[in-house]
Amino acid sequence: MTSHPACDIEALADDAWLLRFGDRIDPGLNAAVHAMAARLRTLDPPWLRDVVPAFASLGVFFDATEPPARVHAALRALIEDDGAMSLPASAAARFVEIPVCYGGDYGPDLDACAAELGLTPAGLVERHAAGEYTVAMIGFAPGFPYLSGLDPALALPRLATPRARVAAGSVAIGGAQTGIYPRESPGGWRLLGRTPWTLFDPHRNPPARLRPGDRVRFRAIDSNEFARLAAEGAAS
Amino acid sequence: MTREVHVVAPGLLTTVQDGGRSGWRHLGVAHAGALDPDAARLANRLVGNDAGAAVLELTLRGPALRFDAPVRIAVIGAATSARFDGTRVPCGRPVDLPAGTLELGSLHGGARAWLAIDGGIDVAPVLGSRSTDLRGGFGGLDGRALRAGDVLPLGAGVATRVDVPQAPAWWIDPAHDRHLPIRYRASAHPAASALARHRWTISASSNRQGLRLQGDALPASGGDGVSEPVAPGTIQLPADGCPIVLLADAQTVGGYAKLGHVIAADLPRLAQCVPGQPLQFAPVDAATAHRLACAARARIARIGVMIDARLPAI
Repeated sequence: MTSHPACDIEALADDAWLLRFGDRIDPGLNAAVHAMAARLRTLDPPWLRDVVPAFASLGVFFDATEPPARVHAALRALIEDDGAMSLPASAAARFVEIPVCYGGDYGPDLDACAAELGLTPAGLVERHAAGEYTVAMIGFAPGFPYLSGLDPALALPRLATPRARVAAGSVAIGGAQTGIYPRESPGGWRLLGRTPWTLFDPHRNPPARLRPGDRVRFRAIDSNEFARLAAEGAAS
Repeated sequence: MTREVHVVAPGLLTTVQDGGRSGWRHLGVAHAGALDPDAARLANRLVGNDAGAAVLELTLRGPALRFDAPVRIAVIGAATSARFDGTRVPCGRPVDLPAGTLELGSLHGGARAWLAIDGGIDVAPVLGSRSTDLRGGFGGLDGRALRAGDVLPLGAGVATRVDVPQAPAWWIDPAHDRHLPIRYRASAHPAASALARHRWTISASSNRQGLRLQGDALPASGGDGVSEPVAPGTIQLPADGCPIVLLADAQTVGGYAKLGHVIAADLPRLAQCVPGQPLQFAPVDAATAHRLACAARARIARIGVMIDARLPAI
């Protein structure tokens, strides 16, 4: 049975190949990306330097002294091996529940977003927290997770003028996705709430709370619990 | 006695860099590292350091640094007008200095140079590297460029006591041919080959994340595509039609269309691009890219062998 999706290999750099499974945001394509990433990490060939999953493509960085054609042949063989591609993505996936305090100062756009969607703020929180998400990729900034699985009815355009400062931990909607700002930065996504968790700390190992491919659910918390969890995080 | 570097004046953008971070790109962590890693490695070799020791990367104007104890230094890259307590300090070779102040001044004929000091800049490694990640705000010295008043720790070195600066008569010059076009592998994008037919100028808004090019805009499709991995050397085409060539501090994924990538052998040349400078591109095939990368590695290895043969004599 050949159930694996088609996959092209393109040059990304002289020391990197790009495996492209498609050119759209799609859960099936993204699952194939994470399955391939997991397979490569398990095999861990000596030339492997970095494996970078994105929505529908996978960057594979290799030791610059390795002939690119040899790595290309190894990747081609892996793609054509049905066993590699039928590895269920869930094998590598973890389930992570992220506490979020919605609205108020934590989510300054909640009320406006709810109004735009024809929902009450409580209704928007309920639907956002009911979703089951997947970390489709991490990028933009260290530890910034792009979460797929947003209820399509909750998709919202980005702000016409991005904010100069978005607080660290802000949980936001940008287009058809939801994400979390790991540190204070400029940003144009719509802010629904904030998690007290530190998503990225370069001095921790591993530095990021979330990994590509992880399953994520949000748990609504109140400001007291936010303060308690934030204090616990600061103390640990 | 702890060995330290005191930053008297920081220069335009001086950062701690080593060979960069690998193994964390899947978490959105940039590679960072010296924009010309070979130059940094050779500078280290000249002062007796491990090739991967941390050095200072200078941008357009170097810092003024005070040493309380003797050091051995080496500067590789664009030419500097370095002076030690008023005496001219030569580049491209090991220089023994007594305690005092080294002023590196303006860079000539390029944008960057790398200063190695014996013992290496001994800041704590973060995620396996001492490189400064300016966008991430970590690594190097608190994730930022040097400021006046900073104190950098040095590792144990080889410097011996001297009364005046001392340097051998020989030097190395790993400079690249500045007159050749930047060679790249073209993608399947319809505008990929047109890149080579336009004349470009380096924009002043370029930085360690990328070189912005100015010129007659290329035809670009509106809106971003689905984000894909990018790498140092990736040539992006934003909607305004003016390409961006990513450098070592590049983000890990991006949604702009790709025109291709600069070949590995020419990446160090991008580090020397000065704002306002013209730049041309020429497409090459994969075999040429591979051949030039191997030739560049062989050349650096030969220079390394020459250094090792001469160092014991000084």
